Amino acid sequence: MNTSTLLAASGAVSGGEAVTFWILAPLALAGAIGMVASRNAVHSALWLVLTMLSLGVFYVLQAGPFIGMVQIIVYTGAIMMLFLFVLMLVGREASDSLIEVLRGQRIAAIGLGVGFAVLLGSGVYRATEGTVPVGLEQANSGGNVQGIARLLFTDYVFAFELTAALLITATIGGMILAHVERRKEDKRDQVATMKARFAPGNYPGPRPGPGVFATSSSVATPARLPDGRLSDRSTPDILPVRELTAEETTLKGTEK
Amino acid sequence: MTTSYLAQAPSLSDFGHDPWWLVLGKIVFAFLVALLGTLLGVWFERRVVGFMQVRPGPNQLGPFGLLQTLADGLKMAFKEDILPRSADKVIYFFAPAISVICAVTALSVIPFGPMVSIFGHQTPLQVTDVPVAVLVVLALSSMAVYGIVLAGWASGSTYPLLGGLRSTAQLISYEVALGLSIVAVFMLAGTMSTSEIVAAQANGTQLSLLGFDIQAPGWYAVLLFPSFVVFFISIVGETNRPPFDLPEAESELVAGFMTEYSSLKFALIMLSEYVAMVTMSAFTVTLFLGGWHAPWPITMWSGANSGWWPLLWFFAKVILMVFVFVWLRGTLPRLRYDQLMRLGWKVLIPISLVWIVVLAGLRTIDDWDTQSRMYAIGIPAGIVLLAALFWPSRKPQPQPSLAEQVENRPPGSFPLPPMDLQVPPSPRTRRMVAEREPANVPAGQDSEEV
Repeated sequence: MNTSTLLAASGAVSGGEAVTFWILAPLALAGAIGMVASRNAVHSALWLVLTMLSLGVFYVLQAGPFIGMVQIIVYTGAIMMLFLFVLMLVGREASDSLIEVLRGQRIAAIGLGVGFAVLLGSGVYRATEGTVPVGLEQANSGGNVQGIARLLFTDYVFAFELTAALLITATIGGMILAHVERRKEDKRDQVATMKARFAPGNYPGPRPGPGVFATSSSVATPARLPDGRLSDRSTPDILPVRELTAEETTLKGTEK
Repeated sequence: MTTSYLAQAPSLSDFGHDPWWLVLGKIVFAFLVALLGTLLGVWFERRVVGFMQVRPGPNQLGPFGLLQTLADGLKMAFKEDILPRSADKVIYFFAPAISVICAVTALSVIPFGPMVSIFGHQTPLQVTDVPVAVLVVLALSSMAVYGIVLAGWASGSTYPLLGGLRSTAQLISYEVALGLSIVAVFMLAGTMSTSEIVAAQANGTQLSLLGFDIQAPGWYAVLLFPSFVVFFISIVGETNRPPFDLPEAESELVAGFMTEYSSLKFALIMLSEYVAMVTMSAFTVTLFLGGWHAPWPITMWSGANSGWWPLLWFFAKVILMVFVFVWLRGTLPRLRYDQLMRLGWKVLIPISLVWIVVLAGLRTIDDWDTQSRMYAIGIPAGIVLLAALFWPSRKPQPQPSLAEQVENRPPGSFPLPPMDLQVPPSPRTRRMVAEREPANVPAGQDSEEV
């Protein structure tokens, strides 16, 4: 790490750094474009993961190993994983529709996006052109992690704590919005559940399964008890118990 | 002996000077450790679980059934590779590879031993080390989750999707506890590099007790016991091993995220699971069990921590950790999902946080004089003790007697067996007694005494 710190500090680009950059920079760009372009939301998320991983390696390359690893752990490991969690809950068939609601917005968006990128890129290029990076060696002198820790707990302690308080407030707010407070009497523990199960009038055994495979493939088909009656305990509560007609029980040809 | 430790222990500046063939050799060695660990790990697990369940386990192929895993692997290679019609083909293909790559790569920052001489080159027995090596392992283990989650999602059916969803939530929760438990190690070692953490555990503090000088262990498993417990529970959750194997949960989800996988892809998933177990065991040994340092009775021999011997101690400790993993599987039932989440968020994380605060306090008062240190420890401890003593206890509910409970049962309840449990004697027994002939031996002299 010492050697790479020195190299980064002197402003020179070593061979390994250049090779890594030219391999990962196209990958990061491809990830960014793929994230916008892919139809499937999960694919979009994975393209974004590729970009974030490349950025993490770039940080390590620029003598910031700590922030590089934190980028991978926090952004790809936790935040994108939560995104994926939600996307998976939405379902895998949820793809973008191709119908354009606003006419020409796609072209306009592409044009504006490219224009903004050119503007930003040229601005940054003009601002940093010819500057020589200084002070990296001093910043990393006691170790990269120690340097960051010293700054966080001295100069930036107030900003850091304020950010933490903001995030905690947002988290607790979200939890309160989603939280359902139940009264103590409404909570039924294991003992009470078992007592209710064996109370007279309740049949403690498992419910009979529906008669699905006997006559039809519908879960609305009730099970037939040994004495010939139909059991309404075998069907879901919202379905009425009835005999299905022959037309209803034949296969509709819609299955895969 | 202290100097010999220091001479042997590699520091960060010892890395990055190897010739290319040595680097290649080390990488191949780490990879072989992963593969052999899987090959022997599966066999070891089946034999040990077999022993615990009083059955032989695999014992047919090779000595002690050692080649059973190899045979299973070959069998898997020749099975039909099934691609479900509704699967997302690219992701379905790559998901097992992600798991395996992440699990194997993590071995590259694990120190297997001290500085050794290989063909005249002084080099540490470790592929590489960076100032944030522990974070590298954490990052890789968080990336390995993608393998499981994407395998579940890309299979395109319900059980794998449920397994993938479970593993997302489970691994994110346990990663928080895992990270927090490692913070204590960072605080004591003052570094995030694995080789330096091992070096920091080399020397315990000298205690003089009853006139004897005792070398207190420097292992963080002893010094940071709460962290060690939280860490170990978290890595069991992180590697999806029982009792936290809810993503596969064969009694509910068939095989969870790997239900649709077959042939070599299934073998890759198996491989990643066992490599992750070996990697995490090695990680535990590195962080908490002194790494490659010899345990106490062996350290009396001064050459124990030099040369190639530490490899032996390291792998002995790793095998011990793998045994604990297998032991857990052999003894504990699987947790329910809400129990798992409660353990992670309401037990492990608060314990870690409180322990970090306590440890930070102890570190702060380290250089105070004795009297103020006594105050600083004694007053909070006294407050905690008093609070525990005078904490209002819950009033015990009067428990009705058994007879009252039986009396209070509503009509129509299930019949109960007789409460006194006096079973009437069987008529057959009485007949056998009656039919037996009376004893024909005349009473002796001392019959009165009987």
